Amino acid sequence: MFKILEKEELCDKVHRFRIEAPRIVRKAKAGQFVILRQNESGERVPMSIGGLDKENGILTVVIQEVGKTSASMNRMKAGDFFADVVGPLGIPSHVEKFGHCVCIGGGVGIPPIYPIAQALKEAGNKVTTIIGSRSKNLLIFEKELSEASDQLLVSTDDGSFGTHGFVTTILQKMLDDGVKIDMVIAIGPVPMMKAVVNTTRKPKIKTYVSLNPIMVDGTGMCGACRVTVGGQTKFACVDGPDFDGHEVDFDEMTKRLKMYSRYEKIAYEKFLDDEHCRLGKQVKQMDKQDR
Amino acid sequence: MADFKKYEPLPKKDRTKVPRQEMPQQDPLERIKNFMEVPHGLSPEAAQIEASRCLECKKPLCMDGCPVEVDIPGFIRLVMDGEFIAAARKIKETNALPAVCGRVCPQEEQCEKVCVLTKKYRPVAIGNLERFVADYEREAGAVMAPKLPPSTGKKIAVVGSGPAGITVAADLAQMGHKVVMYEALHKAGGVLVYGIPEFRLPKKIVAAEIDYLRKLGVEVITSYVIGKLDTVDELMEQEGFDAVFIGTGAGLPNFMKIEGENLNGIYSANEFLTRSNLMGAFKFPENDTPIFAGENVAVLGGGNTAMDSVRTSLRLGAKNAYIIYRRSRNEMPARLDEIHHAEQEGVQFKFLTNPVRYMGDENGWVRAMECVKMELGEPDASGRRRPVVINGSNFTIPVDTVVVAVGNSSNPLIPQTTPGLETNRWGNIKVDDKTMMSSRPGIFAGGDIVTGGATVILAAGAGKVAARGIHNYVMGTPFYADDDKKGAKETESETKK
Ligand SMILES: Cc1cc2nc3c(=O)[nH]c(=O)nc-3n(C[C@H](O)[C@H](O)[C@H](O)COP(=O)(O)OP(=O)(O)OC[C@H]3O[C@@H](n4cnc5c(N)ncnc54)[C@H](O)[C@@H]3O)c2cc1C
Ligand SMILES: Cc1cc2nc3c(=O)[nH]c(=O)nc-3n(C[C@H](O)[C@H](O)[C@H](O)COP(=O)(O)OP(=O)(O)OC[C@H]3O[C@@H](n4cnc5c(N)ncnc54)[C@H](O)[C@@H]3O)c2cc1C
Ligand code: SF4
Ligand code: FES
Repeated sequence: MFKILEKEELCDKVHRFRIEAPRIVRKAKAGQFVILRQNESGERVPMSIGGLDKENGILTVVIQEVGKTSASMNRMKAGDFFADVVGPLGIPSHVEKFGHCVCIGGGVGIPPIYPIAQALKEAGNKVTTIIGSRSKNLLIFEKELSEASDQLLVSTDDGSFGTHGFVTTILQKMLDDGVKIDMVIAIGPVPMMKAVVNTTRKPKIKTYVSLNPIMVDGTGMCGACRVTVGGQTKFACVDGPDFDGHEVDFDEMTKRLKMYSRYEKIAYEKFLDDEHCRLGKQVKQMDKQDR
Repeated sequence: MADFKKYEPLPKKDRTKVPRQEMPQQDPLERIKNFMEVPHGLSPEAAQIEASRCLECKKPLCMDGCPVEVDIPGFIRLVMDGEFIAAARKIKETNALPAVCGRVCPQEEQCEKVCVLTKKYRPVAIGNLERFVADYEREAGAVMAPKLPPSTGKKIAVVGSGPAGITVAADLAQMGHKVVMYEALHKAGGVLVYGIPEFRLPKKIVAAEIDYLRKLGVEVITSYVIGKLDTVDELMEQEGFDAVFIGTGAGLPNFMKIEGENLNGIYSANEFLTRSNLMGAFKFPENDTPIFAGENVAVLGGGNTAMDSVRTSLRLGAKNAYIIYRRSRNEMPARLDEIHHAEQEGVQFKFLTNPVRYMGDENGWVRAMECVKMELGEPDASGRRRPVVINGSNFTIPVDTVVVAVGNSSNPLIPQTTPGLETNRWGNIKVDDKTMMSSRPGIFAGGDIVTGGATVILAAGAGKVAARGIHNYVMGTPFYADDDKKGAKETESETKK
């Protein structure tokens, strides 16, 4: 059992959890992930490591509500327990002295960029971080990232904050301005990672992406997480999650991520229905008491 | 005290006239709608009648066929006498997992194959009797932890909780060692829980085995991946273990590397079975993990894993469930019982057939597979006739789900993170087969990680040998000392006869 020490809403449907997991934290490195299971009938869901408090043994994950399991997790409170946290899984991000590194995060890909930016900085790199979201109120981890990087640049789709546009708008401008970039690492939604890779392809900048295919065990046993990289099948949980972005078949991955859409919808709607019912009952109960 | 009335033995010449007792089973058309166990097990009466068929041979051939030398006539005699619990304990002298082995061992290839009755009559149903007594003991609440010897002060880590790990842990705990078992998944039991379906091996039986380990004082820690959290070296150097046993199995699924294999709807058997068994996806949406099994399901392979997958797909609602196997029925490695069960349930077998590519739709879902017909040529290294492609025999089968069950390799995680641990060219850990010690002193291994995908009983047998090897190693006794003792025991029993 793993205790939630703190929980905080970062923006709509996105919550940060600080979980007591000293053994995992002792071993974990930037770029790795864990698998969480809320309870006995629960699904195993992979989540990136969004922060490591080595001193106090506290693991940070940031969970976005997209379906039943993540919704149900986001209803948990400080003091509640996860049945399981397995990890650290996956190979840590490649950290060495590259020179000028650009870390790019989008959506819930922003938190895992934070420990990576920190590690790259510690390794003596100059770190520029670009984060993007649809709108100002959806931006997360701004403060953390501005501390961890030499420079933080922000884009919003609607122009409500920072550069109007996408993270690639900023990246392209840097390239156009002749900024020397030695390495890029991008974590975020698949379309974002694909766009970053397409931007760095021509100037041949080494670009890592952190892939998030559907997983079950996370130890190389099931093959659910297979992705095609450089024409070869790889298991993202043990061969990754970071891969050379220029080699990744993003279209295949996009399709594979939709494999369970039909079921996910059923489960999510049932969960929300049940929740409304429960809330409804509670309200009725309170009405009765009031009377 | 007897559990049941003694069965008066028949004269030997009449024993062969008794027909083999069949296990009652769920009706095929009913059972494909549920995940409950297929055979119901023998009644005590039927078990005694079946036991009465045994000729109590002076030189019991059946024992030669048993990889762990269970005293088969001995336990069968106890069944006849109505001493069911004593019979279960007799088996447990050499096999820690009779309830499991009675259900999943390929008896027709082992003990029952060489039973003297096999030539002229049908063999004694040794497996069914084994299952019966083990179930009887458990259901009677008679499984008791033995009195443990005083602690030796030695600490041993067991990595992996399959049959090899379970056996090694039980034996070492009974020798007075402190044992900690680490399992990567959230439930202990290895393939017995994530691979083999409920309808063949109810999970409560595996859970009872794990509970028994706990009763023996074994600490079972799940969701703990060795090589990621602690390396094997860290277990020895920092956590203070005197020895480590690696029983991590063969859990790396093989794919055929053909066009279209990553289309949606194409599973490895490990994923398909893990979703259904470990994650309980057959109960979706009550359980959160989904599984997709369409109307036309093709399962590639001819082993137990393939049979388990195809029968699972029927229970998940497949209309057409095919086994696609590149050799003929004779070469299929699955247990005979499972092949029969699959046939009864309406599985369609396509022998001498091999897929060459998959065709998908615009959303990335598999829609059809192209296959070729095969014929059998010269025998290959495995002694089986090699399947050869018949040129131009290509044809297409419409499918929306494919399960690839063409074997597993060994997971490289531990060898990769344990310097100096030697493996062979298939990635299996090399060990001394008398002690199960690897190239690294104090590190032992056994089960599928050493042999490649094999059987439950062989994994359990390896666990037994390893337990002895580990005991001698940590106690500083000469490695092969116990062999002499074993020799002595054998001569002793010879003279008794
Ligand atoms: C290495 C890795 C790191 C991740 N890091 C984070 C993170 O830091 N924060 C975060 O919010 N999300 C992260 N994800 C995605 C997260 O695991 C899924 O959003 C979550 O599993 C969805 O579960 P659900 O039941 O709520 O949604 P569902 O309704 O089941 O599915 C919604 C969508 O989530 C994806 N998904 C579903 N199940 C899985 C699964 N088992 N593995 C991966 N993706 C799945 C699919 O694209 C699906 O369409 C990560 C995924 C991976 C593989
Ligand atoms: C579907 C299926 C059906 C089968 N049917 C039969 C049958 O009918 N009869 C029969 O005799 N045999 C059968 N077999 C084969 C039999 O199950 C195996 O030979 C046997 O389970 C091997 O036992 P093991 O102890 O070596 O490993 P496993 O049972 O594979 O257990 C290994 C365990 O180690 C864990 N592990 C792996 N790596 C790590 C790590 N780094 N840290 C911690 N834990 C780890 C795994 O999660 C797993 O739980 C079947 C196999 C399958 C897949
Ligand atoms: S070989 Fe057959 S008949 Fe003989 S002892 Fe064994 S089970 Fe009985
Ligand atoms: S998640 Fe099962 S192999 Fe990667």
